[in-house]
Amino acid sequence: MTDQTSAAPARLPLSQRIDLPVVTAFGCIVVLLLVGSLYSPNFLSPEYLLLQLKVGAFLGIIATGMMLVVLVGQIDLSVPWTVAVGAMMASAATSYGPMGEIFSIPFGVLCGVMIGLVNGFAVAYLRIPSMIITLAVNSVAQGLMVAYTGGFSPQDSASPAMKFLAAQSSFGVPNAVIVWFVVGALAVFLLTRTTYGRSVYGIGNKEAAAYLSGIPTQRVVMIAFALCGGLAAFGGVLLAGYSGKAAQSMGDAYLLPAIAAVVLGGTSILGGRGSYLGTVAGAILITILQSILSVMQIAEFGRQIIYGAIIVAMLLLYGRDKGMR
Amino acid sequence: MKEFRFWFSEQRGTLLALGIFLAMFAVYLTNHPAIVNNGYTVQGVGNVVQTAANKGVLLALVAMAQTFVVLTAGIDLSVGAIFILANCLASYIVVGSPLTVTAGVIGVLLTGALCGAVNAAIVIFGRLQPIVATIASGAVFFGIALWLRPFPGSSPEFASGLASALTGKLFGLIPTSLVFLAAVVLLVWIPFRRSVLGRAVYAAGSSEVAAYMSGMPVRRAKFAAYVLSGVFAATAGLFLTFFTYSGEASAANGNTYTLYSIAAVVLGGVSLFGGRGSAIGAIFGALAFRAIGDLLFVFEVDPLWQPLFQGIVLLIAVSIGSARLFRVRNRLELFG
Repeated sequence: MTDQTSAAPARLPLSQRIDLPVVTAFGCIVVLLLVGSLYSPNFLSPEYLLLQLKVGAFLGIIATGMMLVVLVGQIDLSVPWTVAVGAMMASAATSYGPMGEIFSIPFGVLCGVMIGLVNGFAVAYLRIPSMIITLAVNSVAQGLMVAYTGGFSPQDSASPAMKFLAAQSSFGVPNAVIVWFVVGALAVFLLTRTTYGRSVYGIGNKEAAAYLSGIPTQRVVMIAFALCGGLAAFGGVLLAGYSGKAAQSMGDAYLLPAIAAVVLGGTSILGGRGSYLGTVAGAILITILQSILSVMQIAEFGRQIIYGAIIVAMLLLYGRDKGMR
Repeated sequence: MKEFRFWFSEQRGTLLALGIFLAMFAVYLTNHPAIVNNGYTVQGVGNVVQTAANKGVLLALVAMAQTFVVLTAGIDLSVGAIFILANCLASYIVVGSPLTVTAGVIGVLLTGALCGAVNAAIVIFGRLQPIVATIASGAVFFGIALWLRPFPGSSPEFASGLASALTGKLFGLIPTSLVFLAAVVLLVWIPFRRSVLGRAVYAAGSSEVAAYMSGMPVRRAKFAAYVLSGVFAATAGLFLTFFTYSGEASAANGNTYTLYSIAAVVLGGVSLFGGRGSAIGAIFGALAFRAIGDLLFVFEVDPLWQPLFQGIVLLIAVSIGSARLFRVRNRLELFG
């Protein structure tokens, strides 16, 4: 081994090191905030920005899991009811006395991991297209929760630990933001510094090639789904802590934003390409967009239209495939 | 003999869906309370079949809409939104005299075509992935539906004559909706499949690059597929209006139909990787899927447990229909 081979690759010129989607996404955040500040100067106040980060943390954590799955070239459409399962199971555990309170968060996350494992096993080993199996698992999870709760919002409330993590602040920073930061740091470490992370990118680019180079692709894909399920359930646990209790279909509002956050952040929906910083930018961008639309008191239909149109417009800016030639 | 084998392997999905549907529907008919209590009268069986046909045709039309796009190796997650949008629009404009009703129906279908064209433009010329593009465009379509009908409602002059004609029975026996569906297959699907554009849709779904290199009109074919998908989703929306006589912008309804359309397509043997399957298979897939839901009703499963059972049946059905593990010929193909 000479120094030549073990040294880091030579630094690229600045123009090639800048990640266009990430820069564009952050640029759009600034533009949105400036547009918002024309409406009300509050949009540039630190309190407002911190509040947005707190609200965005839930989406950011859920999008982290979605990003892993998208990076291996799959998609997880079971996120809505995985979020709800995490929230409901954690709240349900809370009502079983002090031991349940302690284990409420791990239990909720574990239920999400189980859902993810089912998805992952079916996709990686049975080779069922992820779009189908995750949709079907989503409706099974919904069926389970409807049967469990009787179709109403469960009466159990969130445990103190959940409320502490989601709704309170330490040293002036909301705990949810700190949690997101920790999850994000772990995700960056996992993706850029571990064999597992590099395998994820390899599989996303060409699974057959990854398999032939000795990567246990099936296990890697299954773990990606398990992590996605766990993170979605964790997001649900935090959401339950934020609002005090779980609710039916509380996760429905997170599927499109999670996918949009990942894709707007420059991750290719076909897999193999994308950085976590982009997903952070995407999550913040979508949170601020939703916030501005609701502050401006635009009716629900207008919000839907503007929301969909902006996502398409932004993707047209930098999310396009290569032409066929 | 060899001809037959090829035909059989091509139609396997359709035939399987047909078989499942016939078996389930037979069980349904022989256990339906209205039939069990009154014996097998033409009237009684006719009514049960009519209700089942009307519900089935609704899903069958949405499943056909999905098929066109899935054949090009894409996916349309906005069919449910277009369906709901057409429903809301129809509850306003399909009213009054025969002339205005005709204009209204054409208007609804054109709106569907326009929605499909928007999807096509984003996917083909914008070069975005269909799954992302249609999720976002679906939000826009649903927003428009919500704008039209913030609250469920109907128009007093709704064309109830046309509605009851299309949802009733021909000669007191055959459900008109089934006749309509058969006519659509004969007049739209089969000519389309045999046309150059139709073949190009299949070719583009099998391998877009190869189709492009062979000089097939890939772009036009994909455009036609998305537009037809929009038209079929809008037709389904029209039918929904004919059943309910009202329009409702229900997000849950739209999502359910999108999900069920994918399930029906997979059950009907259409490959999600594109280029394989037919709309006829999707129709039987849709009817079979509806029969599953009806069976739960006939056997009086507790309503609380119905979503779970429906989910599990859906899970099993689509898993068997689409698991590639049992179809690969060598290990490397598994990872392709």
